[in-house]
Amino acid sequence: MSAGIVSYGAYVPIYRLNRAEIARVWGSSPAKGEKAVANSDEDSLTMGVEAGRDCLKGVDPHTVDGLYFASTTAPYREKRSSSIIAAALDLRRDIVTADLGNSLGAGSNALKMALDAVNAGSARKVLVVAADCRLPPPNSAFEPMFGDGAAALLIGTEHVMATLEDRVTLSSNFLDIWRRDRGDTYIRAWEDRFIVDKGYTAHLQEAVNGLLKRWQVKPADITKAAFYAPDPRSHANMGRVLGLDKNQVQEPLFDLLGNTGTPFFMMILVAALEKAKSGDRLLAASYGDGADAWLFRVTECVERVKDRRGMERHLASKMMLPSYGTYLRFRDLMPWEATPLPPPESSANVFYREERALLRGYGHRCNACGHLQFPPQRVCMWCQEKDRFEAVRIVDKRGKLFTFSLDERAVFALDLPNVLVIVDLEEGGRIYGQATDRDPKSLKVGMEMELTFRKFHEGSGFHNYSWKCRPVRC
Amino acid sequence: MAESLKDKVAIIGMGCTPFGELWDKDVDDLIVDAVFEALQDAGLGLKDIQAVWAGTANSGVNAASVSAPLQLQYIPVTRVENACATGIEVIRNAAHSLAAKVYDVVLAVGFEKLKDLGYPGLHPGKLSDKFHPIYPAGGTGPGRYALAATRYFQRYGLTPEEGKKTLAKISVKSHYSGARNPKAHLRRELGLDDVLRAPMIAWPLGLQDCCGVTDGASAVVLCRTEDVKHFAPHHQDDYITIKGIGVSAGPGWGKNKEEYDFTHWPETEHAARQAYQMAGIRNPRKELDMAEIHDCFSIAELIAMESLGFCPKGRAKEEIIDTGAFVAPPFREMVMRKWGATEEEIKAAPAPEEILVVNHSGGLKSFGHPVGASGGREVYEIYKQIQGKAQEASRQLKEIRLGLAHNQGGHPGRFQCAVIVVGVPPERLP
Repeated sequence: MSAGIVSYGAYVPIYRLNRAEIARVWGSSPAKGEKAVANSDEDSLTMGVEAGRDCLKGVDPHTVDGLYFASTTAPYREKRSSSIIAAALDLRRDIVTADLGNSLGAGSNALKMALDAVNAGSARKVLVVAADCRLPPPNSAFEPMFGDGAAALLIGTEHVMATLEDRVTLSSNFLDIWRRDRGDTYIRAWEDRFIVDKGYTAHLQEAVNGLLKRWQVKPADITKAAFYAPDPRSHANMGRVLGLDKNQVQEPLFDLLGNTGTPFFMMILVAALEKAKSGDRLLAASYGDGADAWLFRVTECVERVKDRRGMERHLASKMMLPSYGTYLRFRDLMPWEATPLPPPESSANVFYREERALLRGYGHRCNACGHLQFPPQRVCMWCQEKDRFEAVRIVDKRGKLFTFSLDERAVFALDLPNVLVIVDLEEGGRIYGQATDRDPKSLKVGMEMELTFRKFHEGSGFHNYSWKCRPVRC
Repeated sequence: MAESLKDKVAIIGMGCTPFGELWDKDVDDLIVDAVFEALQDAGLGLKDIQAVWAGTANSGVNAASVSAPLQLQYIPVTRVENACATGIEVIRNAAHSLAAKVYDVVLAVGFEKLKDLGYPGLHPGKLSDKFHPIYPAGGTGPGRYALAATRYFQRYGLTPEEGKKTLAKISVKSHYSGARNPKAHLRRELGLDDVLRAPMIAWPLGLQDCCGVTDGASAVVLCRTEDVKHFAPHHQDDYITIKGIGVSAGPGWGKNKEEYDFTHWPETEHAARQAYQMAGIRNPRKELDMAEIHDCFSIAELIAMESLGFCPKGRAKEEIIDTGAFVAPPFREMVMRKWGATEEEIKAAPAPEEILVVNHSGGLKSFGHPVGASGGREVYEIYKQIQGKAQEASRQLKEIRLGLAHNQGGHPGRFQCAVIVVGVPPERLP
């Protein structure tokens, strides 16, 4: 059987910024809706992990043979993000990890490569993860529009829920938006009328029409079309240009999410897959340094993919940022008050030695007394037996909030108060850690908690990732 | 076979600098001031000291941090570090060397210079766990102790308001005493509202639930009890002896083991058990005349009173705090008025055997907490009270014969604790 989509997942950060608040700050006319904003401890990599976890729900991670990560905002310029995501998802070590970037087309690149690898037989399953957390220039047209998010698609040949019928790919050196290696904090863009007309609209139309012609599909044969657009107006116009009825066009979520960049077309596709029925024909199209168009046929296996937080549940679970000031803090956009305290320190050696606990999220179960404990240690804290443990991944387990405190003076926290928590896991083991994605006022002893992969700090000049607790999201 | 230390070691001299934000003093000044006060009290000179134990959490590097400022001439000096339990730990090590009859006269000194760091709280980078980039991240003293306060309120059914008010009474009491102590750091009396309305540090702990961040040093000169007449004849009638010492390092279970409930201090329970056993104390509430306990945060004093066995668990509010049984009797009425206590509550004075004066010095809260110096400072308060030499007449307690000092380092779930009981030697007991 040929390769197709086996599973999907998505991630939308819990925080939203009302566009009216952005307009209030800059005195501009308010755009409607809100955009998703990554928390202060989130970036493309951590959001990619969350989307990947959502996608792999019910899938043995050790059956995945590759992970391709697509983003224009990978946290490292040199140092692979996909290898960190693969560790956080507890994938095997003998797999292919690859980062794709430098273009909003990176997501469809990753998807193409995954389908090709599986079809070529070099991999049975490949996980495609796309995420972006693009920094729009403050007080620009991009600022209210850009949102943050991630999506993941598992490509394989067994239990395919969406078979690939055909695809068309265009590569183009068209210059519309860019960011130079040195000197550009924010993206730059050429005049919007030019880049929408001759860039987005022309390229996407060429790819989609080429696909429909080659496969001899009429626009009316499409159940849903999930395609990228830089903004709502261009999106609506594209639907008309392609000859699609409104009910054939998958809602692009500009008002709830914003343009999330690289993962955007995949997130819209995931939203379509959530509602898809066996036999549906889905058109997907992406744009960026060219365009890609895809035709998928949904199979009866669509029923197998359940319990995803996906787009719908993630979008429904949200907290509003109280102000633009909080957004500035979250994105660390200003030089803040100096502190005499030394910045946090770290050690690559520690992450090397403790990858299984810190990234893969394993604790120990004592083989003598059976107690689960985290972090792993040599001598059992229950029966004092030495070195008789089996490793157990704990990060998908839930727990109960045992106690907490709200630290208003945590110097390096961008989101005060810093919430310290004790969480007792359902199958044993206690986490002494920090809580994120929380409303300090609604924390209650006994509430249900889960774990989420986050950035702790940038000690020693690298990104220190590990697991935090949060109230069960949705 | 091991023998009890009880009454074998005598304290014959003590010194304590004024505690505070000592902008004009460096750490060497603090060491010199405390040690020379102790030597003068003992009637001895530096040349009489045969060995030194020097305790600091982070204001020193090694033995030279003490041998250099004191110009010690090639004698043994040991640097001791056990976080906030350092102060009693130096005294214990010094006492053991005397009991082992290795030396005749030794010095224990504890010191800390926190206020050169340019930071109003306790410098987290300078007092951290074993280096780890993730596990201690975000943890601060107030944040970690507040975990215990939240849980204590939950377990014993206190609303946040009731819990906060109970804790506030402790701070009001400590400041009332501390305001009258000439060497204390924060000498302003506080009303209940001053505490309740103070800026939040780590919910539920506000600024006035937190001890001072302080510079200071304390020093103790010790010899064997049998040698007091030889080395300190002028103290023959008012030296004190060590009755019992207990030290306990927890396995750190609380942070990772679901059994630990964050509403008691097991390390304190174990250290107290050792000290009470050595001292022959069965009912600490009744037998002790005063206690200087580790109140880095108000919740720390509340839980320590229970873990030291002054009352059953969960009963400190009803049996000790609300009745004013832990306030020095002359201060009790005024302190309770500051709490807003009713006339009936004030009239219902606790029976003499229920009274156990806690943190009469002002405690870490008001006297201040220069980490390595606090244990010695607590013993200093008991020593001076027993000798009738409280620095100001209004704060002199009557008939003090037995006192307890309690120090704990680390944080709830991962403590090191030291408890020392000192008092008048048997021949001076009535």
